[in-house]
Amino acid sequence: MIGGLFIYNHKGEVLISRVYRDDIGRNAVDAFRVNVIHARQQVRSPVTNIARTSFFHVKRSNIWLAAVTKQNVNAAMVFEFLYKMCDVMTAYFGKISEENIKNNFVLIYELLDEILDFGYPQNSETGALKTFITQQGIKGQHQTKEEQSQITSQVTGQIGWRREGIKYRRNELFLDVLESVNLLMSPQGQVLSAHVSGRVVMKSYLSGMPECKFGMNDKIVIDKQGKGGTTDEPGKSGKQSIAIDDCTFHQCVRLSKFDSERSISFIPPDGEYELMRYRTTKDIILPFRVIPLVREVGRTKLEVKVVIKSNFKPSLLAQKIEVRIPTPLNTSGVQVICMKGKAKYKASENAIVWKIKRMAGMKESQISAEIELLPTNDKKKWARPPISMKFQVPFAPSGLKVRYLKVFESKLNYSDHDVIKWVRYIGRSGIYETRC
Amino acid sequence: MPAVSKGDGMRGLAVFISDIRNCKSKEAEIKRINKELANIRSKFKGDKALDGYSKKKYVCKLLFIFLLGHDIDFGHMEAVNLLSSNKYTEKQIGYLFISVLVNSNSELIRLINNAIKNDLSSRNPTFMCLALHCIANVGSREMAEAFAGEIPRILVAGDTMDSVKQSAALCLLRLYKTSPDLVLMGEWTSRVVHLLNDQHMGVVTAAISLITCLSQKNPDEFKTCVSLAVSRLSRIVSSASTDLQDYTYYFVPAPWLSCKLLRLLQCYPPPEDGAVKGRLVECLETILNKAQEPPKSKKVQHSNAKNAILFEAISLIIHYDSEPNLLVRACNQLGQFLQHRETNLRYLALESMCTLASSEFSHEAVKTHIETVINALKTERDVSVRQRAADLLYAMCDRSNAKQIVAEMLSYLETADYSIREEMVLKVAILAEKYAVDYSWYVDTILNLIRIAGDYVSEEVWYRVIQIVINRDDVQGYAAKTVFEALQAPACHENMVKVGGYILGEFGNLIAGDPRSSPLVQFNLLHSKFHLCSVPTRALLLSAYIKFINLFPETKSTIQEVLRSDSQIRNSDVELQQRAVEYLKLSSIASTDVLATVLEEMPPFPERESSILAKLKKKKGPGAVSVNELEEGKREGGELNGGGERGGDSSAIASTPSPSADLLGLRAGPPVTAAAPSAGSLLVDVFSEAGRSGALRFVCKNNGVLFENQLLQIGIKSEYRQNLGRMYLFYGNKTSVQFVTFTTTVTCPGELQSHILHIHTWNSLEPLIEGGAQVQQVINIECLTDFSDAPLLNIKFRYGGALQNLTLKLPVTINKFFQPTEMASHDFFQRWKQLSLPQQEAQKIFKANHAMDTEVLKAKLLGLGMALLENVDPNPENFVCAGVIQTKAQQVGSLLRLEPNAQAQMYRLTVRSSKDTVSKRLCELLAEQF
Repeated sequence: MIGGLFIYNHKGEVLISRVYRDDIGRNAVDAFRVNVIHARQQVRSPVTNIARTSFFHVKRSNIWLAAVTKQNVNAAMVFEFLYKMCDVMTAYFGKISEENIKNNFVLIYELLDEILDFGYPQNSETGALKTFITQQGIKGQHQTKEEQSQITSQVTGQIGWRREGIKYRRNELFLDVLESVNLLMSPQGQVLSAHVSGRVVMKSYLSGMPECKFGMNDKIVIDKQGKGGTTDEPGKSGKQSIAIDDCTFHQCVRLSKFDSERSISFIPPDGEYELMRYRTTKDIILPFRVIPLVREVGRTKLEVKVVIKSNFKPSLLAQKIEVRIPTPLNTSGVQVICMKGKAKYKASENAIVWKIKRMAGMKESQISAEIELLPTNDKKKWARPPISMKFQVPFAPSGLKVRYLKVFESKLNYSDHDVIKWVRYIGRSGIYETRC
Repeated sequence: MPAVSKGDGMRGLAVFISDIRNCKSKEAEIKRINKELANIRSKFKGDKALDGYSKKKYVCKLLFIFLLGHDIDFGHMEAVNLLSSNKYTEKQIGYLFISVLVNSNSELIRLINNAIKNDLSSRNPTFMCLALHCIANVGSREMAEAFAGEIPRILVAGDTMDSVKQSAALCLLRLYKTSPDLVLMGEWTSRVVHLLNDQHMGVVTAAISLITCLSQKNPDEFKTCVSLAVSRLSRIVSSASTDLQDYTYYFVPAPWLSCKLLRLLQCYPPPEDGAVKGRLVECLETILNKAQEPPKSKKVQHSNAKNAILFEAISLIIHYDSEPNLLVRACNQLGQFLQHRETNLRYLALESMCTLASSEFSHEAVKTHIETVINALKTERDVSVRQRAADLLYAMCDRSNAKQIVAEMLSYLETADYSIREEMVLKVAILAEKYAVDYSWYVDTILNLIRIAGDYVSEEVWYRVIQIVINRDDVQGYAAKTVFEALQAPACHENMVKVGGYILGEFGNLIAGDPRSSPLVQFNLLHSKFHLCSVPTRALLLSAYIKFINLFPETKSTIQEVLRSDSQIRNSDVELQQRAVEYLKLSSIASTDVLATVLEEMPPFPERESSILAKLKKKKGPGAVSVNELEEGKREGGELNGGGERGGDSSAIASTPSPSADLLGLRAGPPVTAAAPSAGSLLVDVFSEAGRSGALRFVCKNNGVLFENQLLQIGIKSEYRQNLGRMYLFYGNKTSVQFVTFTTTVTCPGELQSHILHIHTWNSLEPLIEGGAQVQQVINIECLTDFSDAPLLNIKFRYGGALQNLTLKLPVTINKFFQPTEMASHDFFQRWKQLSLPQQEAQKIFKANHAMDTEVLKAKLLGLGMALLENVDPNPENFVCAGVIQTKAQQVGSLLRLEPNAQAQMYRLTVRSSKDTVSKRLCELLAEQF
């Protein structure tokens, strides 16, 4: 159970300190500052043990969030809570920054009181929280008794994430499949490790208490139906179904149904939420291939040539492409020539950064650079860190497809056909590296 | 950072530093630094040569980045280039960079050394100073190799500027500290000493640091500095505060120099020249007088400077330890400080007084402050001051005030800091024993000690209590009663249970009359603690139980029940199980008479005192050796170890009561079975008799532990060839506190010194032994003619402020110089007959002290150094040996015959040698070995 929660700025000054249990003393705040924030060696582990007290921290830009406990608590739970906490704060006041936190002291303490009780996480659903923790003045908060009792029954009831009586003129649904693809490739082009972690994010503006059903090309479902290949849209890679390694759902999804029939059915919260998270490792479409060529010319010169090839349908356009080529620590000058986009040597990051705004599928581009080196006495050889890449593509690298999303609302008079549905696929790079 | 003056400011550097300071996060800082590094690299790489200014600027930036904690692996070359510049600032930055970022690249080192050499030989004093500072800052061996020869020349040259001389002296000091073998003063010595007469006070101050360090290593060469130092000191002390101008600090003339002079004088004994000594005493008196004058300023710097000189002067007085008048005055002065409101002064006063207390002249004077010191122990806020107060109490304790001091220390112990408890316990135990007049007081004190701080009480302490209780009939009843009462506390320390078990087992009968402490009550009380104790304690308790059966037959059934229970008789610990089984059988089979014999009351422990100490005691009177006496006692207390194993098997019980016939009070002889005849363990068995005291133990062996007490262990290792010997002494500090002013001297008493034995101590010892450390000393021995006495080793050191003095006999005996001689039977008897003069033969008939084991005897005779001749004597039981003693003057052939008589447990030893004194001495030595 979480004993306390602290928020620090980048200097280690405490912005928020909320202690839930007596076993956490005042000195815990300082212990974390001294041993983690101001540690001589940068602390990499997100969990730190100081004097039999465990500190779990996450960092958002320059802000440190630390949960403290003396007990043997489930670390995954604590981190889940911390991330939820970040989401809640973002939903209430936007970006998490020192400025914003200072301006919302009262709100944050109010939220902390609500989402943690004696160290046990409570309802952290933004939609539900917003019904009773508002940012309006006291006047605006003036609610009728009925409204209050409604909130109570909703929050404590079976469907805590959605209140009754929502009405929209236009029933709309937005569905985003967001994936990040991670890769480590050898210089010879051999895949050393690759996986995709994806999220299905929804925004729903639906009236009443609708029941939704979500279907995708999950291999198990398709195989069970035994009629693969009849999907509406033939996949570009000819692949019909994908094998999902593991997935987690929003609390609104009925897990029992998923377990028995593997169908995803739920009553959605109002507004934006993350329906599911998943991970795949098989048959990943790698949108780009990086071919590095590094040649050392004597002790004072290095020649680098990097070719990137896009590996998807020519009709699609990749965006925001950035290739980062690390340079040795004793670089004294760099000349770059590239065919497309812009390339620049960034001394402050010890890397050549090559940016391309747009690139269609099945194309290739190339950069070549000459790096001058300063001879040093150091015998240490340059470790050659991998070349990394960033991009964004309009398809799901895992091959996931949304097959259907059906909405049933029996009490109100709209049907599945009346709902306007939008589906979007975005594939982003995670850690996308090629060794050179 | 170099001063950024208006004309010479480095704007780029200032901007860079302010950029770094304005960085919001570590990442931003690293980014800025990376950018700057890339910029510098491109500048250094650039084809056009940089001018001195920008080179300096970039080197400065690199230095700054390095000092922020980032690695710098370039720029050395540019820094070396700066060295050859003619501008001061550029040179300075170059030297700074090199002293901070020393690179082991040999090529660079060559360039750097070259630049330094140029600067040293230049006429420019500032450049010379920069070069000297660089040498001192780097201080590596390479630097010493390159410049150790040149610097003394600069130091004593007549035309060197004062400031350069100062730097040269300190630079030399630094090189001497890192590699003393390379700095050879030789011819410069006298000229360096004469720097004390230099007109410039700065030069004198610098030189005196160097001289102090050098004279600690070779005091003889620098002896002349004493008179110079005294005259310099008297000039400073007698000067008015305005005379020295720049060197007057808050109205005190040259305080640093005075302190250093006084410290230098502490390296030497009091000056022999009367005039010099008179002058010095006068100085010291003046300093003491000045302390009494009202302060000239209220500033703390004034009093600090004044007190610094005063304390150094007092240390010097204590060091000389020969001027009773000054010692008493110093003591009174310190007494004033004891109540000063400055904590630091109180601390220093206590510390100095500790050393004063061990001087015979000022001991009484120190004692007058006892109330103040006790008060300090109780009320002082600072733990380190309390510690000093405890040290001082320990040092000032004697028979007259022991009771008060021990009581105070005990009461303080209850609240004492954990860090000093162990030391306090040891001190209380030592004092209680050293000055005990009344044994019931002693028993009370130690039991209290165990009660208050049981965890910190070492084994020896409680062994000693038991030993004393057993030896004194008058305290036994009292002890039993006290222990019984102490055991009634709900939580007892295990050591208390041990003492309780032992004493009640022995003397429980003395208090059994009282119904409140009837036998059964006693037993139940002991047994209630049984399950909370560790295995050795339980074993001891089991022995106590069987003693109970003997003392109180009515408890027999209860105790047998306990012994019979599964937890005892099937205990997983072998020792406990064996005891339970044996005791149970013993109690059920043996008749009361047998039981009473087997479980008889422990005989008094022989009061042992080594013969050396007894002699010393006669010489010096009882007071002086009390420490030794005590420590000797402690050592023997350790032998009480047997207490735990007592009754391990019935044969051992039976053998214990037979009092040892050993002259020196060796520990009760080991059981007959102990000397296992197996050849492998033979040597160990023979030589492991720890009980032997002093040098006699080493007649037949060369290595072992010469001496051991709670503080110190002295190991010995020796080797002999012909008439020469070399002895390695290992002094091990067993405590966690360092010994200071550790000195050892080897003396040859009487005629030994004049011509018999030539002893030369090879390497002198460091005066400090850290806690837990060991130091080694080598002694070379040459035997000129035969001798009978042994040289004495005197050890003096301070432990926690108290002076410890120890005198031991070195185990050098005439037999060490034996050369074995092999000969056949008829040769032997032919020689035997040749040595037929009555004075050439020495014979002794004596009783065996140890088991008459043939193998053991053989090993001992071999250890003696002679050749053991087989098949010579017609009687195979007898041993015959031959050897030649090698001395410088002559060779003494010796023959030996040892005839054991197994029935009578007697030996007859006959020694014949060409010199009557040798035969006699050998006979004496050997008679005590078997």
